[in-house]
Amino acid sequence: MKKIATIALAALALFGGLLPAAPARKMIQIKGSDTMVNLVQILAEEYMGRTPGAAIAVSGGGSGTGITGLINQTCDLANSSREWKSKEIDQAWEKGVSPRFFVVAVDGLSIVVNEKNPLEKLTVAQVGALYRGDVKSWKAVGGPDQAVSLYGRQSNSGTYVFMQEFVLGNKNFSADMKEMNGNAQIIEGIIQDEGAVGYVGVGYLHDQTGRIRKGLKVLEISKEPGGPGFLPTDKAAVDSGAYPISRPLYMATNGKPKADVARFLAWIVGPEGQAIVEREGFFTVGEGPYKAANDKSFK
Amino acid sequence: MKKKRRDLEEAAIRAFFSACGVLAVLALAGIFLTLLVTAVPAFREIKPAEFLLSKTWDPTSPEKAEYGILSMVMSTLMVTGGAMLLAVPIGIAVAAYLSDVAHWRVREILKPVVEILAGIPSVVIGFLGLVLVGPALAKVFHTGNGLNAVNGSVLLAIMALPTIISISEDSLNAVPRAISEASLALGGSRWQTLLRVKLPAGLSGVIAATMLGMGRAIGETMTVLMATGNARAFPHGLLDSVRTMTSGIAIELGEVPYYTTHYYALFAIGLVLFVITFAVNLVADVVLRRYQEREQ
Repeated sequence: MKKIATIALAALALFGGLLPAAPARKMIQIKGSDTMVNLVQILAEEYMGRTPGAAIAVSGGGSGTGITGLINQTCDLANSSREWKSKEIDQAWEKGVSPRFFVVAVDGLSIVVNEKNPLEKLTVAQVGALYRGDVKSWKAVGGPDQAVSLYGRQSNSGTYVFMQEFVLGNKNFSADMKEMNGNAQIIEGIIQDEGAVGYVGVGYLHDQTGRIRKGLKVLEISKEPGGPGFLPTDKAAVDSGAYPISRPLYMATNGKPKADVARFLAWIVGPEGQAIVEREGFFTVGEGPYKAANDKSFK
Repeated sequence: MKKKRRDLEEAAIRAFFSACGVLAVLALAGIFLTLLVTAVPAFREIKPAEFLLSKTWDPTSPEKAEYGILSMVMSTLMVTGGAMLLAVPIGIAVAAYLSDVAHWRVREILKPVVEILAGIPSVVIGFLGLVLVGPALAKVFHTGNGLNAVNGSVLLAIMALPTIISISEDSLNAVPRAISEASLALGGSRWQTLLRVKLPAGLSGVIAATMLGMGRAIGETMTVLMATGNARAFPHGLLDSVRTMTSGIAIELGEVPYYTTHYYALFAIGLVLFVITFAVNLVADVVLRRYQEREQ
Protein backbone atom coordinates (compact mmCIF):
# COMPACT_ATOMS: atom_id res chain seq x y z
CA MET A 1 0.00 0.00 0.00
CA LYS A 2 2.79 2.33 0.96
CA LYS A 3 4.73 1.35 -2.14
CA ILE A 4 1.85 2.19 -4.44
CA ALA A 5 1.49 5.56 -2.85
CA THR A 6 5.18 6.23 -3.41
CA ILE A 7 4.95 5.24 -7.08
CA ALA A 8 1.88 7.37 -7.56
CA LEU A 9 3.61 10.30 -5.98
CA ALA A 10 6.73 9.79 -8.11
CA ALA A 11 4.60 9.56 -11.27
CA LEU A 12 2.76 12.69 -10.32
CA ALA A 13 6.02 14.49 -9.74
CA LEU A 14 7.38 13.27 -13.07
CA PHE A 15 4.36 14.22 -15.13
CA GLY A 16 3.93 17.38 -13.15
CA GLY A 17 7.42 18.33 -14.26
CA LEU A 18 6.57 17.59 -17.87
CA LEU A 19 3.38 19.59 -17.83
CA PRO A 20 3.96 23.03 -19.26
CA ALA A 21 4.25 25.59 -16.47
CA ALA A 22 2.23 28.77 -16.80
CA PRO A 23 3.34 30.25 -20.14
CA ALA A 24 6.57 32.19 -19.47
CA ARG A 25 6.18 35.94 -19.82
CA LYS A 26 8.14 36.87 -22.90
CA MET A 27 9.97 40.10 -22.35
CA ILE A 28 10.12 42.44 -25.34
CA GLN A 29 13.70 43.71 -25.56
CA ILE A 30 14.22 47.21 -26.99
CA LYS A 31 17.64 48.77 -27.56
CA GLY A 32 19.09 51.78 -29.28
CA SER A 33 18.98 55.54 -29.66
CA ASP A 34 19.64 57.60 -26.56
CA THR A 35 17.45 60.34 -27.99
CA MET A 36 14.54 57.94 -27.89
CA VAL A 37 15.29 55.99 -24.73
CA ASN A 38 13.26 58.25 -22.40
CA LEU A 39 10.31 58.47 -24.75
CA VAL A 40 10.22 54.74 -25.40
CA GLN A 41 10.64 54.00 -21.69
CA ILE A 42 7.61 56.15 -20.91
CA LEU A 43 5.62 54.59 -23.74
CA ALA A 44 6.55 51.13 -22.44
CA GLU A 45 5.55 51.97 -18.88
CA GLU A 46 2.20 53.41 -19.95
CA TYR A 47 1.58 50.42 -22.20
CA MET A 48 2.45 47.92 -19.46
CA GLY A 49 0.14 49.80 -17.10
CA ARG A 50 -2.75 49.36 -19.49
CA THR A 51 -1.96 45.88 -20.76
CA PRO A 52 -1.81 43.14 -18.13
CA GLY A 53 0.92 40.61 -18.89
CA ALA A 54 2.96 42.86 -21.15
CA ALA A 55 6.66 43.04 -20.27
CA ILE A 56 9.03 45.40 -22.01
CA ALA A 57 12.66 46.24 -21.27
CA VAL A 58 14.15 49.38 -22.80
CA SER A 59 17.82 50.29 -22.92
CA GLY A 60 19.86 52.95 -24.70
CA GLY A 61 23.38 52.85 -26.02
CA GLY A 62 22.84 54.76 -29.25
CA SER A 63 21.22 54.04 -32.59
CA GLY A 64 24.17 51.87 -33.68
CA THR A 65 23.83 49.64 -30.62
CA GLY A 66 20.18 49.03 -31.37
CA ILE A 67 20.79 48.25 -35.02
CA THR A 68 23.59 45.79 -34.17
CA GLY A 69 21.32 44.26 -31.55
CA LEU A 70 18.55 43.61 -34.07
CA ILE A 71 21.01 42.19 -36.60
CA ASN A 72 22.41 39.81 -33.96
CA GLN A 73 18.89 39.11 -32.75
CA THR A 74 19.61 40.16 -29.18
CA CYS A 75 16.64 42.52 -29.20
CA ASP A 76 13.14 42.56 -30.66
CA LEU A 77 12.95 46.24 -31.51
CA ALA A 78 15.77 48.62 -32.45
CA ASN A 79 15.35 52.35 -31.82
CA SER A 80 17.22 54.62 -34.18
CA SER A 81 17.12 58.36 -34.62
CA ARG A 82 18.48 57.97 -38.17
CA GLU A 83 17.74 55.81 -41.19
CA TRP A 84 19.63 52.55 -41.42
CA LYS A 85 22.68 52.69 -43.69
CA SER A 86 22.52 50.38 -46.73
CA LYS A 87 25.55 48.52 -45.33
CA GLU A 88 23.59 47.75 -42.16
CA ILE A 89 20.59 46.53 -44.13
CA ASP A 90 22.89 44.26 -46.18
CA GLN A 91 24.43 42.87 -42.99
CA ALA A 92 20.98 42.16 -41.63
CA TRP A 93 19.94 40.25 -44.76
CA GLU A 94 23.14 38.18 -44.63
CA LYS A 95 22.20 37.06 -41.13
CA GLY A 96 18.68 36.25 -42.19
CA VAL A 97 17.14 39.32 -40.57
CA SER A 98 14.74 41.33 -42.72
CA PRO A 99 14.30 44.67 -41.00
CA ARG A 100 11.06 46.60 -41.22
CA PHE A 101 10.89 50.22 -40.16
CA PHE A 102 8.24 52.13 -38.26
CA VAL A 103 8.23 55.87 -37.65
CA VAL A 104 7.01 56.20 -34.06
CA ALA A 105 7.59 59.93 -33.51
CA VAL A 106 9.22 62.90 -35.14
CA ASP A 107 12.02 64.77 -33.45
CA GLY A 108 11.90 68.45 -34.23
CA LEU A 109 12.69 71.82 -32.78
CA SER A 110 11.24 75.26 -33.13
CA ILE A 111 13.58 78.22 -33.37
CA VAL A 112 12.15 81.04 -31.28
CA VAL A 113 13.05 84.71 -30.92
CA ASN A 114 11.68 87.65 -28.95
CA GLU A 115 8.53 89.22 -30.33
CA LYS A 116 10.36 92.53 -30.91
CA ASN A 117 12.84 90.93 -33.32
CA PRO A 118 11.64 91.90 -36.84
CA LEU A 119 13.21 88.79 -38.41
CA GLU A 120 10.73 86.25 -39.80
CA LYS A 121 12.84 83.56 -41.39
CA LEU A 122 16.21 81.83 -41.14
CA THR A 123 17.91 79.05 -43.08
CA VAL A 124 19.16 75.95 -41.29
CA ALA A 125 22.73 77.07 -42.07
CA GLN A 126 22.11 80.48 -40.47
CA VAL A 127 20.75 78.87 -37.30
CA GLY A 128 23.90 76.71 -37.23
CA ALA A 129 26.14 79.79 -37.62
CA LEU A 130 24.31 81.56 -34.77
CA TYR A 131 24.71 78.63 -32.39
CA ARG A 132 28.33 77.91 -33.32
CA GLY A 133 29.04 81.52 -32.39
CA ASP A 134 30.22 82.38 -35.93
CA VAL A 135 27.65 85.16 -36.11
CA LYS A 136 27.49 87.57 -33.18
CA SER A 137 25.02 90.16 -34.49
CA TRP A 138 21.51 89.79 -35.85
CA LYS A 139 22.57 92.12 -38.69
CA ALA A 140 24.60 89.33 -40.31
CA VAL A 141 21.46 87.23 -40.82
CA GLY A 142 19.27 90.09 -42.00
CA GLY A 143 18.03 91.30 -38.64
CA PRO A 144 18.54 94.45 -36.57
CA ASP A 145 21.94 95.69 -35.38
CA GLN A 146 21.78 93.89 -32.06
CA ALA A 147 23.92 91.33 -30.28
CA VAL A 148 22.70 87.73 -30.47
CA SER A 149 21.94 86.17 -27.11
CA LEU A 150 21.87 82.38 -27.38
CA TYR A 151 19.63 80.17 -25.27
CA GLY A 152 19.82 76.40 -25.25
CA ARG A 153 19.55 73.23 -23.22
CA GLN A 154 22.27 71.50 -21.25
CA SER A 155 24.81 69.27 -22.89
CA ASN A 156 23.17 66.00 -21.94
CA SER A 157 19.69 66.72 -23.18
CA GLY A 158 18.49 65.00 -26.33
CA THR A 159 17.60 68.32 -27.94
CA TYR A 160 21.15 69.61 -27.38
CA VAL A 161 22.55 66.59 -29.17
CA PHE A 162 19.95 66.86 -31.93
CA MET A 163 20.85 70.53 -32.53
CA GLN A 164 24.55 69.70 -32.48
CA GLU A 165 24.27 66.84 -34.97
CA PHE A 166 21.55 68.18 -37.16
CA VAL A 167 21.96 71.96 -37.27
CA LEU A 168 25.53 72.67 -36.14
CA GLY A 169 27.07 70.00 -38.35
CA ASN A 170 28.66 68.25 -35.37
CA LYS A 171 30.64 71.32 -34.35
CA ASN A 172 30.91 72.82 -30.86
CA PHE A 173 28.21 75.05 -29.47
CA SER A 174 29.33 78.60 -28.71
CA ALA A 175 30.52 78.79 -25.09
CA ASP A 176 28.48 81.99 -24.76
CA MET A 177 25.21 80.07 -25.06
CA LYS A 178 23.16 80.27 -21.91
CA GLU A 179 22.31 76.72 -20.90
CA MET A 180 18.91 76.73 -19.29
CA ASN A 181 17.44 74.14 -17.00
CA GLY A 182 14.58 73.09 -19.24
CA ASN A 183 12.42 74.24 -22.13
CA ALA A 184 10.18 76.40 -19.95
CA GLN A 185 13.14 78.43 -18.71
CA ILE A 186 14.36 79.01 -22.26
CA ILE A 187 10.94 80.46 -23.01
CA GLU A 188 11.03 82.71 -19.91
CA GLY A 189 14.50 83.92 -20.92
CA ILE A 190 13.49 84.74 -24.49
CA ILE A 191 10.38 86.65 -23.44
CA GLN A 192 12.63 88.98 -21.40
CA ASP A 193 15.51 89.33 -23.87
CA GLU A 194 15.16 91.24 -27.15
CA GLY A 195 18.31 89.77 -28.68
CA ALA A 196 17.42 86.21 -27.77
CA VAL A 197 17.17 83.10 -29.87
CA GLY A 198 16.32 79.70 -28.47
CA TYR A 199 15.36 76.20 -29.51
CA VAL A 200 12.50 74.34 -27.84
CA GLY A 201 10.15 71.46 -28.45
CA VAL A 202 6.92 72.51 -30.11
CA GLY A 203 4.93 71.53 -27.02
CA TYR A 204 6.29 74.51 -25.09
CA LEU A 205 5.24 77.30 -27.45
CA HIS A 206 1.62 77.61 -26.47
CA ASP A 207 -0.17 79.03 -23.44
CA GLN A 208 -3.29 77.51 -21.87
CA THR A 209 -5.53 78.94 -24.58
CA GLY A 210 -3.50 77.26 -27.32
CA ARG A 211 -2.04 80.49 -28.68
CA ILE A 212 1.71 81.14 -29.05
CA ARG A 213 2.91 82.62 -25.75
CA LYS A 214 2.98 86.39 -25.56
CA GLY A 215 6.42 87.83 -26.22
CA LEU A 216 7.55 84.95 -28.42
CA LYS A 217 7.96 84.69 -32.14
CA VAL A 218 8.45 81.37 -33.88
CA LEU A 219 10.71 81.65 -36.94
CA GLU A 220 10.09 80.13 -40.34
CA ILE A 221 12.93 77.83 -41.32
CA SER A 222 14.02 77.09 -44.86
CA LYS A 223 16.39 74.42 -46.12
CA GLU A 224 18.30 76.71 -48.51
CA PRO A 225 18.66 80.48 -48.87
CA GLY A 226 15.76 81.74 -50.93
CA GLY A 227 13.84 78.50 -50.46
CA PRO A 228 10.37 78.40 -48.95
CA GLY A 229 10.22 78.75 -45.17
CA PHE A 230 8.03 76.62 -42.92
CA LEU A 231 6.73 76.98 -39.40
CA PRO A 232 7.03 74.09 -36.93
CA THR A 233 3.45 74.80 -35.90
CA ASP A 234 2.33 74.03 -39.45
CA LYS A 235 1.19 70.44 -39.01
CA ALA A 236 1.15 69.68 -42.72
CA ALA A 237 4.73 70.92 -43.18
CA VAL A 238 5.96 68.75 -40.32
CA ASP A 239 3.95 65.71 -41.45
CA SER A 240 5.35 65.92 -44.97
CA GLY A 241 8.92 66.45 -43.74
CA ALA A 242 9.04 69.93 -45.34
CA TYR A 243 9.88 71.60 -42.01
CA PRO A 244 13.66 71.22 -42.10
CA ILE A 245 14.63 70.87 -38.43
CA SER A 246 12.89 67.58 -37.92
CA ARG A 247 13.77 63.93 -38.34
CA PRO A 248 11.72 60.78 -38.04
CA LEU A 249 12.50 58.43 -35.15
CA TYR A 250 12.40 54.78 -36.10
CA MET A 251 11.74 51.47 -34.46
CA ALA A 252 12.80 48.46 -36.49
CA THR A 253 11.58 44.85 -36.25
CA ASN A 254 12.88 41.64 -37.72
CA GLY A 255 10.30 40.80 -40.36
CA LYS A 256 6.59 41.46 -40.01
CA PRO A 257 5.86 42.32 -36.37
CA LYS A 258 4.05 39.53 -34.54
CA ALA A 259 1.95 39.11 -31.43
CA ASP A 260 3.13 41.28 -28.50
CA VAL A 261 5.50 43.38 -30.58
CA ALA A 262 2.84 44.09 -33.20
CA ARG A 263 0.31 45.09 -30.53
CA PHE A 264 2.84 47.41 -28.83
CA LEU A 265 3.81 49.09 -32.13
CA ALA A 266 0.19 49.52 -33.16
CA TRP A 267 -0.55 51.11 -29.78
CA ILE A 268 2.40 53.55 -30.14
CA VAL A 269 1.34 54.82 -33.57
CA GLY A 270 -2.29 54.83 -32.47
CA PRO A 271 -4.00 57.76 -30.72
CA GLU A 272 -2.99 56.83 -27.14
CA GLY A 273 0.68 56.41 -27.98
CA GLN A 274 0.82 59.53 -30.10
CA ALA A 275 -0.77 61.61 -27.33
CA ILE A 276 2.16 60.59 -25.11
CA VAL A 277 4.62 61.35 -27.91
CA GLU A 278 3.24 64.86 -28.14
CA ARG A 279 3.20 65.30 -24.35
CA GLU A 280 6.90 64.41 -24.26
CA GLY A 281 7.72 67.23 -26.66
CA PHE A 282 8.03 65.31 -29.91
CA PHE A 283 6.01 65.73 -33.08
CA THR A 284 3.48 63.04 -33.87
CA VAL A 285 3.68 60.73 -36.86
CA GLY A 286 0.78 62.54 -38.52
CA GLU A 287 -1.33 61.47 -41.46
CA GLY A 288 1.29 61.96 -44.17
CA PRO A 289 3.97 59.74 -45.73
CA TYR A 290 5.23 58.41 -42.37
CA LYS A 291 1.84 56.88 -41.66
CA ALA A 292 1.66 55.40 -45.13
CA ALA A 293 5.11 53.82 -44.67
CA ASN A 294 4.08 52.43 -41.27
CA ASP A 295 0.89 50.92 -42.69
CA LYS A 296 2.96 49.14 -45.34
CA SER A 297 5.41 47.80 -42.75
CA PHE A 298 2.58 46.34 -40.65
CA LYS A 299 1.35 44.20 -43.58
CA MET B 1 20.70 51.17 44.28
CA LYS B 2 19.28 54.45 43.13
CA LYS B 3 22.77 55.84 42.62
CA LYS B 4 23.83 52.88 40.56
CA ARG B 5 20.91 53.35 38.23
CA ARG B 6 21.74 57.00 37.78
CA ASP B 7 25.36 56.14 36.98
CA LEU B 8 24.13 53.74 34.34
CA GLU B 9 21.90 56.41 32.83
CA GLU B 10 24.77 58.87 32.83
CA ALA B 11 26.98 56.39 31.03
CA ALA B 12 24.29 55.63 28.44
CA ILE B 13 23.68 59.30 27.74
CA ARG B 14 27.40 59.93 27.49
CA ALA B 15 27.76 57.05 25.02
CA PHE B 16 24.83 58.33 22.96
CA PHE B 17 26.28 61.80 22.58
CA SER B 18 29.76 60.47 21.81
CA ALA B 19 28.22 58.27 19.14
CA CYS B 20 26.48 61.31 17.61
CA GLY B 21 29.77 63.19 17.51
CA VAL B 22 31.61 60.26 15.98
CA LEU B 23 28.82 59.84 13.42
CA ALA B 24 29.20 63.44 12.22
CA VAL B 25 32.94 62.96 11.78
CA LEU B 26 32.41 59.61 10.05
CA ALA B 27 29.87 61.11 7.64
CA LEU B 28 32.31 63.86 6.72
CA ALA B 29 35.17 61.39 6.25
CA GLY B 30 32.91 59.14 4.19
CA ILE B 31 31.82 61.95 1.90
CA PHE B 32 35.40 63.06 1.43
CA LEU B 33 36.58 59.52 0.64
CA THR B 34 33.73 58.88 -1.81
CA LEU B 35 34.52 62.12 -3.60
CA LEU B 36 38.22 61.34 -3.68
CA VAL B 37 37.84 57.77 -4.92
CA THR B 38 35.36 58.78 -7.63
CA ALA B 39 37.32 61.85 -8.67
CA VAL B 40 40.76 60.29 -9.05
CA PRO B 41 39.98 58.15 -12.16
CA ALA B 42 39.24 61.39 -14.03
CA PHE B 43 42.95 62.14 -14.01
CA ARG B 44 43.82 59.02 -15.98
CA GLU B 45 42.78 61.04 -19.04
CA ILE B 46 42.84 64.66 -17.88
CA LYS B 47 46.04 66.41 -16.88
CA PRO B 48 45.51 67.98 -13.44
CA ALA B 49 47.07 71.26 -14.61
CA GLU B 50 44.72 71.38 -17.59
CA PHE B 51 41.75 70.57 -15.35
CA LEU B 52 42.49 73.44 -12.99
CA LEU B 53 43.83 76.05 -15.41
CA SER B 54 42.00 75.58 -18.72
CA LYS B 55 38.99 77.79 -19.34
CA THR B 56 37.21 75.43 -21.73
CA TRP B 57 34.71 72.89 -20.44
CA ASP B 58 33.05 70.87 -23.19
CA PRO B 59 33.03 67.16 -22.33
CA THR B 60 30.44 66.21 -24.94
CA SER B 61 32.10 68.08 -27.80
CA PRO B 62 32.04 66.15 -31.08
CA GLU B 63 35.33 67.86 -31.97
CA LYS B 64 37.50 67.46 -28.87
CA ALA B 65 36.35 66.83 -25.31
CA GLU B 66 37.81 69.43 -22.95
CA TYR B 67 37.77 69.48 -19.18
CA GLY B 68 38.90 72.85 -17.82
CA ILE B 69 37.15 74.19 -14.74
CA LEU B 70 38.77 77.62 -14.37
CA SER B 71 35.70 79.40 -15.76
CA MET B 72 33.46 77.61 -13.26
CA VAL B 73 35.77 78.33 -10.31
CA MET B 74 35.89 81.98 -11.34
CA SER B 75 32.09 82.07 -11.66
CA THR B 76 31.62 80.61 -8.20
CA LEU B 77 34.04 83.14 -6.70
CA MET B 78 32.34 86.03 -8.50
CA VAL B 79 28.81 85.09 -7.50
CA THR B 80 29.73 84.30 -3.90
CA GLY B 81 31.94 87.37 -3.53
CA GLY B 82 29.18 89.59 -4.92
CA ALA B 83 26.64 88.02 -2.58
CA MET B 84 28.85 88.63 0.46
CA LEU B 85 29.51 92.22 -0.60
CA LEU B 86 25.75 92.80 -0.48
CA ALA B 87 24.74 90.56 2.38
CA VAL B 88 27.39 91.25 5.02
CA PRO B 89 26.89 95.02 5.45
CA ILE B 90 23.12 94.75 5.20
CA GLY B 91 23.03 91.72 7.47
CA ILE B 92 25.12 93.30 10.20
CA ALA B 93 23.19 96.55 9.95
CA VAL B 94 19.87 94.73 10.34
CA ALA B 95 21.26 92.72 13.25
CA ALA B 96 22.43 95.92 14.95
CA TYR B 97 19.04 97.51 14.33
CA LEU B 98 17.21 94.54 15.79
CA SER B 99 19.42 94.28 18.86
CA ASP B 100 19.95 97.95 19.70
CA VAL B 101 17.57 100.26 17.92
CA ALA B 102 14.27 98.54 17.31
CA HIS B 103 11.46 98.66 19.82
CA TRP B 104 11.00 95.24 21.39
CA ARG B 105 7.58 94.88 19.74
CA VAL B 106 9.09 95.53 16.32
CA ARG B 107 11.82 93.01 17.05
CA GLU B 108 9.33 90.35 18.13
CA ILE B 109 7.68 90.64 14.70
CA LEU B 110 10.70 91.30 12.52
CA LYS B 111 12.97 88.52 13.71
CA PRO B 112 10.57 85.66 12.95
CA VAL B 113 9.87 87.28 9.58
CA VAL B 114 13.58 87.29 8.76
CA GLU B 115 13.81 83.68 9.83
CA ILE B 116 10.87 82.71 7.65
CA LEU B 117 12.84 84.16 4.73
CA ALA B 118 15.31 81.31 5.23
CA GLY B 119 12.53 78.80 4.59
CA ILE B 120 11.68 79.97 1.08
CA PRO B 121 12.63 77.13 -1.30
CA SER B 122 15.62 77.95 -3.49
CA VAL B 123 13.66 77.08 -6.62
CA VAL B 124 11.19 79.87 -5.81
CA ILE B 125 13.99 82.39 -5.35
CA GLY B 126 15.52 81.16 -8.61
CA PHE B 127 12.24 81.73 -10.40
CA LEU B 128 12.05 85.26 -9.01
CA GLY B 129 15.54 85.77 -10.41
CA LEU B 130 14.40 84.58 -13.79
CA VAL B 131 11.23 86.66 -14.10
CA LEU B 132 11.78 89.61 -11.72
CA VAL B 133 15.37 90.40 -10.74
CA GLY B 134 16.76 89.48 -14.17
CA PRO B 135 14.52 91.81 -16.21
CA ALA B 136 15.02 94.60 -13.63
CA LEU B 137 18.81 94.26 -13.88
CA ALA B 138 18.56 94.21 -17.68
CA LYS B 139 16.76 97.58 -17.55
CA VAL B 140 19.18 99.12 -15.04
CA PHE B 141 22.36 98.03 -16.79
CA HIS B 142 21.00 98.13 -20.37
CA THR B 143 22.02 94.58 -21.11
CA GLY B 144 19.72 92.40 -23.20
CA ASN B 145 19.03 90.05 -20.33
CA GLY B 146 19.62 89.79 -16.61
CA LEU B 147 20.91 86.24 -16.51
CA ASN B 148 24.33 87.08 -15.11
CA ALA B 149 26.56 87.03 -12.05
CA VAL B 150 24.89 90.09 -10.49
CA ASN B 151 21.51 88.37 -10.58
CA GLY B 152 23.01 85.33 -8.86
CA SER B 153 24.71 87.55 -6.28
CA VAL B 154 21.53 89.42 -5.44
CA LEU B 155 19.58 86.20 -4.97
CA LEU B 156 22.30 84.50 -2.95
CA ALA B 157 22.56 87.61 -0.77
CA ILE B 158 18.84 87.30 -0.08
CA MET B 159 19.34 83.65 0.83
CA ALA B 160 22.37 84.30 3.03
CA LEU B 161 20.77 87.24 4.86
CA PRO B 162 18.57 85.31 7.31
CA THR B 163 21.56 83.28 8.53
CA ILE B 164 23.76 86.36 8.88
CA ILE B 165 21.09 88.47 10.56
CA SER B 166 19.86 85.82 12.94
CA ILE B 167 23.25 84.66 14.22
CA SER B 168 24.77 88.17 14.35
CA GLU B 169 21.80 89.41 16.32
CA ASP B 170 22.13 86.54 18.77
CA SER B 171 25.80 87.29 19.30
CA LEU B 172 25.18 91.03 19.77
CA ASN B 173 22.50 90.22 22.32
CA ALA B 174 24.88 87.87 24.10
CA VAL B 175 27.31 90.70 24.80
CA PRO B 176 27.06 91.19 28.57
CA ARG B 177 24.95 94.19 29.55
CA ALA B 178 27.68 95.38 31.89
CA ILE B 179 30.01 96.10 28.98
CA SER B 180 27.63 98.32 27.08
CA GLU B 181 26.37 99.96 30.29
CA ALA B 182 29.97 100.78 31.18
CA SER B 183 30.41 102.46 27.82
CA LEU B 184 27.22 104.49 28.23
CA ALA B 185 28.20 105.44 31.77
CA LEU B 186 31.52 106.77 30.49
CA GLY B 187 29.61 109.14 28.25
CA GLY B 188 29.68 107.14 25.02
CA SER B 189 26.72 107.70 22.72
CA ARG B 190 24.56 104.75 21.71
CA TRP B 191 26.15 104.81 18.26
CA GLN B 192 29.66 104.76 19.75
CA THR B 193 28.69 101.99 22.12
CA LEU B 194 27.31 99.90 19.29
CA LEU B 195 30.18 100.46 16.90
CA ARG B 196 33.16 100.44 19.24
CA VAL B 197 32.03 98.24 22.09
CA LYS B 198 29.26 95.84 21.18
CA LEU B 199 30.33 94.96 17.65
CA PRO B 200 33.96 94.19 18.62
CA ALA B 201 32.73 92.22 21.60
CA GLY B 202 30.38 90.15 19.46
CA LEU B 203 32.79 89.92 16.54
CA SER B 204 33.42 86.18 16.75
CA GLY B 205 29.70 85.55 16.35
CA VAL B 206 29.43 88.01 13.49
CA ILE B 207 32.33 86.33 11.68
CA ALA B 208 30.79 82.92 12.26
CA ALA B 209 27.50 84.23 10.85
CA THR B 210 29.25 85.58 7.78
CA MET B 211 31.03 82.30 7.17
CA LEU B 212 27.83 80.31 7.54
CA GLY B 213 26.12 82.66 5.11
CA MET B 214 29.01 82.26 2.72
CA GLY B 215 28.83 78.49 3.02
CA ARG B 216 25.19 78.69 2.03
CA ALA B 217 26.05 80.90 -0.94
CA ILE B 218 28.90 78.75 -2.28
CA GLY B 219 26.90 75.54 -2.09
CA GLU B 220 23.59 76.89 -3.38
CA THR B 221 22.67 75.27 -6.67
CA MET B 222 19.10 75.65 -7.86
CA THR B 223 18.95 79.42 -7.57
CA VAL B 224 22.12 80.09 -9.56
CA LEU B 225 21.21 77.36 -12.01
CA MET B 226 18.03 79.23 -12.85
CA ALA B 227 19.26 82.80 -12.66
CA THR B 228 22.77 83.03 -14.06
CA GLY B 229 22.34 81.63 -17.56
CA ASN B 230 25.04 78.93 -17.17
CA ALA B 231 27.09 79.94 -20.22
CA ARG B 232 30.36 78.03 -20.30
CA ALA B 233 32.45 80.99 -21.48
CA PHE B 234 34.96 82.57 -19.08
CA PRO B 235 33.22 85.52 -17.38
CA HIS B 236 34.89 88.88 -17.97
CA GLY B 237 32.66 90.92 -15.72
CA LEU B 238 29.79 90.74 -13.29
CA LEU B 239 27.34 91.34 -16.14
CA ASP B 240 28.40 88.18 -18.00
CA SER B 241 26.45 84.97 -17.77
CA VAL B 242 28.25 82.55 -15.46
CA ARG B 243 28.16 78.86 -14.68
CA THR B 244 29.14 78.04 -11.11
CA MET B 245 30.69 74.76 -10.08
CA THR B 246 27.48 73.64 -8.40
CA SER B 247 25.35 74.35 -11.47
CA GLY B 248 27.93 72.63 -13.65
CA ILE B 249 27.58 69.47 -11.61
CA ALA B 250 23.80 69.73 -11.36
CA ILE B 251 23.36 70.28 -15.08
CA GLU B 252 25.46 67.35 -16.18
CA LEU B 253 25.34 64.70 -13.47
CA GLY B 254 21.71 63.81 -14.17
CA GLU B 255 22.31 62.29 -17.56
CA VAL B 256 26.03 61.61 -17.78
CA PRO B 257 26.92 58.04 -18.78
CA TYR B 258 28.24 56.36 -15.63
CA TYR B 259 31.91 55.49 -15.15
CA THR B 260 33.17 57.64 -18.00
CA THR B 261 35.84 60.33 -17.76
CA HIS B 262 33.05 62.91 -17.87
CA TYR B 263 31.36 61.26 -14.87
CA TYR B 264 34.59 61.14 -12.86
CA ALA B 265 35.41 64.73 -13.85
CA LEU B 266 32.12 65.92 -12.31
CA PHE B 267 33.14 64.32 -9.02
CA ALA B 268 36.52 66.02 -9.38
CA ILE B 269 34.66 69.36 -9.52
CA GLY B 270 32.84 68.29 -6.36
CA LEU B 271 36.18 67.58 -4.72
CA VAL B 272 37.52 71.03 -5.64
CA LEU B 273 34.34 72.59 -4.25
CA PHE B 274 34.75 70.57 -1.06
CA VAL B 275 38.36 71.76 -0.70
CA ILE B 276 37.27 75.39 -1.20
CA THR B 277 34.53 75.19 1.45
CA PHE B 278 36.89 73.37 3.77
CA ALA B 279 39.47 76.15 3.32
CA VAL B 280 36.85 78.83 4.01
CA ASN B 281 35.83 77.11 7.23
CA LEU B 282 39.42 76.60 8.27
CA VAL B 283 40.26 80.28 7.75
CA ALA B 284 37.14 81.26 9.66
CA ASP B 285 38.16 79.00 12.51
CA VAL B 286 41.68 80.42 12.67
CA VAL B 287 40.40 84.01 12.57
CA LEU B 288 37.87 83.28 15.26
CA ARG B 289 40.42 81.67 17.51
CA ARG B 290 42.79 84.59 17.13
CA TYR B 291 40.06 87.05 18.14
CA GLN B 292 39.03 84.95 21.09
CA GLU B 293 42.62 84.78 22.31
CA ARG B 294 42.95 88.54 22.04
CA GLU B 295 39.73 88.98 23.97
CA GLN B 296 41.10 86.93 26.82
